[in-house]
Formats: sequence, structure tokens, C-alpha cells
Amino acid sequence: MARGKDEIVVNHNHDGIDRRGFLKCMAWAGTGTLCVMKGGVLNSYALSALTTEDAAKANGALSFAQISDSHMGFNKPANTDVVATLKAAVDKLNALPTPPEFLLHTGDISHLSRPEEFDTVDQILKSAVAKDVFFVPGEHDVIGDDGKQYLERYAKNSQGAGWYSFDKKGVHFVGLVNVMNLKAGGLGSLGADQLAWIERDLQPLSSSVPIIVFAHIPLWSVYPEWGWGTEDSAQVLTMLKRFGSATVLNGHIHQTMQKVEGTVTFHTAASTAFPQPQPGKADSPGPMKVPAEQLRALLGITDVNFVRGQQSLAIVDSSLG
Amino acid sequence: MRLKMYWCRFALPVGVGLALFVTAGREAQPLPQQPSSAPVDVKIDNFTYSPVTVTVATGTTVKWTNRDDIPHTVVSEDKSTFKSKALDTDDSFSYTFTKPGTYTYFCSIHPKMTAKVVVQ
Repeated sequence: MARGKDEIVVNHNHDGIDRRGFLKCMAWAGTGTLCVMKGGVLNSYALSALTTEDAAKANGALSFAQISDSHMGFNKPANTDVVATLKAAVDKLNALPTPPEFLLHTGDISHLSRPEEFDTVDQILKSAVAKDVFFVPGEHDVIGDDGKQYLERYAKNSQGAGWYSFDKKGVHFVGLVNVMNLKAGGLGSLGADQLAWIERDLQPLSSSVPIIVFAHIPLWSVYPEWGWGTEDSAQVLTMLKRFGSATVLNGHIHQTMQKVEGTVTFHTAASTAFPQPQPGKADSPGPMKVPAEQLRALLGITDVNFVRGQQSLAIVDSSLG
Repeated sequence: MRLKMYWCRFALPVGVGLALFVTAGREAQPLPQQPSSAPVDVKIDNFTYSPVTVTVATGTTVKWTNRDDIPHTVVSEDKSTFKSKALDTDDSFSYTFTKPGTYTYFCSIHPKMTAKVVVQ
């Protein structure tokens, strides 16, 4: 297979993160990139160049997928049919070589917190092969009722405003809520109660346990001018530092982005509804209006494979078209 | 003769209006309260309240209209004085300010959006 000029050659230096390679990986994000963390080294592959052998390497003991920002109820350019694109995302998940065992939805399930919007998403997700879906709320899911409806529907057994943790095959998952009690002029916020809970939750774990934290608004400062960050996330990152492998999965910014800080990898997923501009590349973070034929290339899903024993996590972003 | 009579009719109201204006300006006092004053409009567009500061007399109703293609809210900083529902495109929310003061408000969905109403 002929390699494109921007294609990344597998296996960077084994002495840490290859900055050049990492930036290339970021540039590929959204068009289909596979990034594999292995022993702290980030390896990146272009999806189009993936061979069966590569796919088999990524095919690990634990496989799950992330979807985000379905914004059910949104009906304006560039996407007047968010039902169709969410269905396309589910079809994409169902067609993955290793079907995900469960799904994470990182918020903005609905556009206006309306019951019928949540109902529609629930109905569409029933067609996913993966039956379990773990949610965290976006700010669009808690409008007007301080998240009461969201809690009743999606987080009955959670703590506080909807945070919780669970374990799957030795990987510890922590679902956080950073869209409640937002202050005028502020960013996303976790709050003292939740921070105290996270500390208690992580405290008994050995530092060799892989951790996956998921929340709606990015837990790193992507672009505070647009509210793309969480004001008290630094405390969580401090708690994550002792772990050999920690991954933070977010939504909110409707585009894929990745960053590595020590042993913590940050990743944002694409939306299934509409794209948003790159940070600072527009007057406001409003929906990006793109030609119809380009829309699905800017929407997508994220597939994550954890390979037990090799301590490697493969995060694959796939666009819907 | 006809011309002169018309002139007189006009002169009286203009003179009264001018006198009121001068009095208010000299004593630096707010204009008399007008409970039936027209609503003041604030537009929401491109993730911005416009105008970002409005100054109104006590008793004035402020009406916010969302012209953006994304929903916004209008929530007082204390989150209790006033609080709109989600305003979809072209939805409006009104609140009548009955007490003087400075009211900072924000969008609870996009809290970076802030603005204020000054009530005199």
C-alpha cells in the first residue's frame, strides 16, 4: 500500500513521547488515527494503513467505545438530522472488528434537556450491540432543573450530582460531573465534594491499576476563552500522577484532540451531531457550518482497546463518513 | 393669523419638555419613575449579550431574545433573582427590575457569557 506524505511510520523512539510524531498524530485525528500508548511511548498509525496484523495487536482484553455530544433536538445547519448521524455512529460501532463491550457517552445527550430528546437517544442506543452505556452529563442535559431529570434517567446509583466509578477487567473507570453549579464567567467545575470523593475512590487502588476518567468538559485547559476547561481539574491530575497509566476522555468541544502529560493521556471525542471550530479559529464556539458532503467526515466515534499485560491503550477515532 | 395660532400650540409642549430636562440635569437626579416604560431589548448573538450593559429605570422590563443557533439562558449571578429556561433560537425571556442595583447575569450553559443590568 502506498503511504501518503503525512502518514506516520509506526514505532517512534523508545525514550519517551516523540513530539513530532505526536503532533502528526494530532493532525490526523478526526480523519482516522490509531494512537497506541505502550510503556509511555505513543505510537501512531493512520487508519487507512492499518493492516489486519495491526488490528490484531490493538485487539485487546478490554474493548469499549466512546460517543459524545449527540445533541438530540439540534436541527440547524450543518446538521438538520442528528437522529440519522447518531444512528450512523451506532452502525459504525456495531461494525467495529472488535465489538465494544460497553459504551461511554460523555454528555450533551440532549440539546435542551427535553424528555423526548433523551427518549430518542435511548431508543437509538438500543440498536447498539453493546448494551451497557455509562453516561456523564453535559451542560445541555441539566438545563433548568439542576440535573434532576438526568439523575433519574442515567445515574440513579451515583453519588452527589451523578459521579460514580466501576471496574471492568482490572481497569478502573471514574465518571465525573463538571457541568453543575457553574459560576458566572467561570469554567467547568467539579467542586469540593466531588474532589473529596475522587480522592477516597482512588486511595485504595494500586498504582499499577489502569485508570480511565471520563467527563464532559475537558479536564485540561483546551481554550479557557471559550470555557473549554475545568477550573479545579488540576487537583484530579495530581491524584492521577501516581498511576502508571491514566487516560482522561472528554467531549464538549466537538472535535478530536489529544495531549500527553507524563503518564496521563487526554483525549476528546468528536460529536455525533455537529462540528465546532478549532480553538480561537472563529468568533465564537458556535456550530461550524460545513457543506453537507463534508459533515460526516467531521463527526465520529472513538474506540478504545486496552491490552492486558502490555499496559497499552489504543484509542482510535473514526469519522462517520 | 392662522399661522401664528399653530405656532402657539406647538410652543407650549416643547417648552414644558425642555424645562423638565433642564431641571433633571441640574440636580443630577434620575428621571421620575415610569412604571409603564417600554421594555428594553437585549439580543443574544454569537455567544454575546448585546448590549453587554444596559442602564434602566426601576420598574423597567428587560427582554432578552436569543438570535443564536445554539440555546442560551439568562441567569442572575446569585442564581435566584431571575433564571430563564433554555432559550432556543428566537425564544425570549423577560424580567421586570423593581429594585435599584447592579445585576450581573450569565448563561448557565456557557458561563463565559456574562453581562449586566444597572437599575437606577
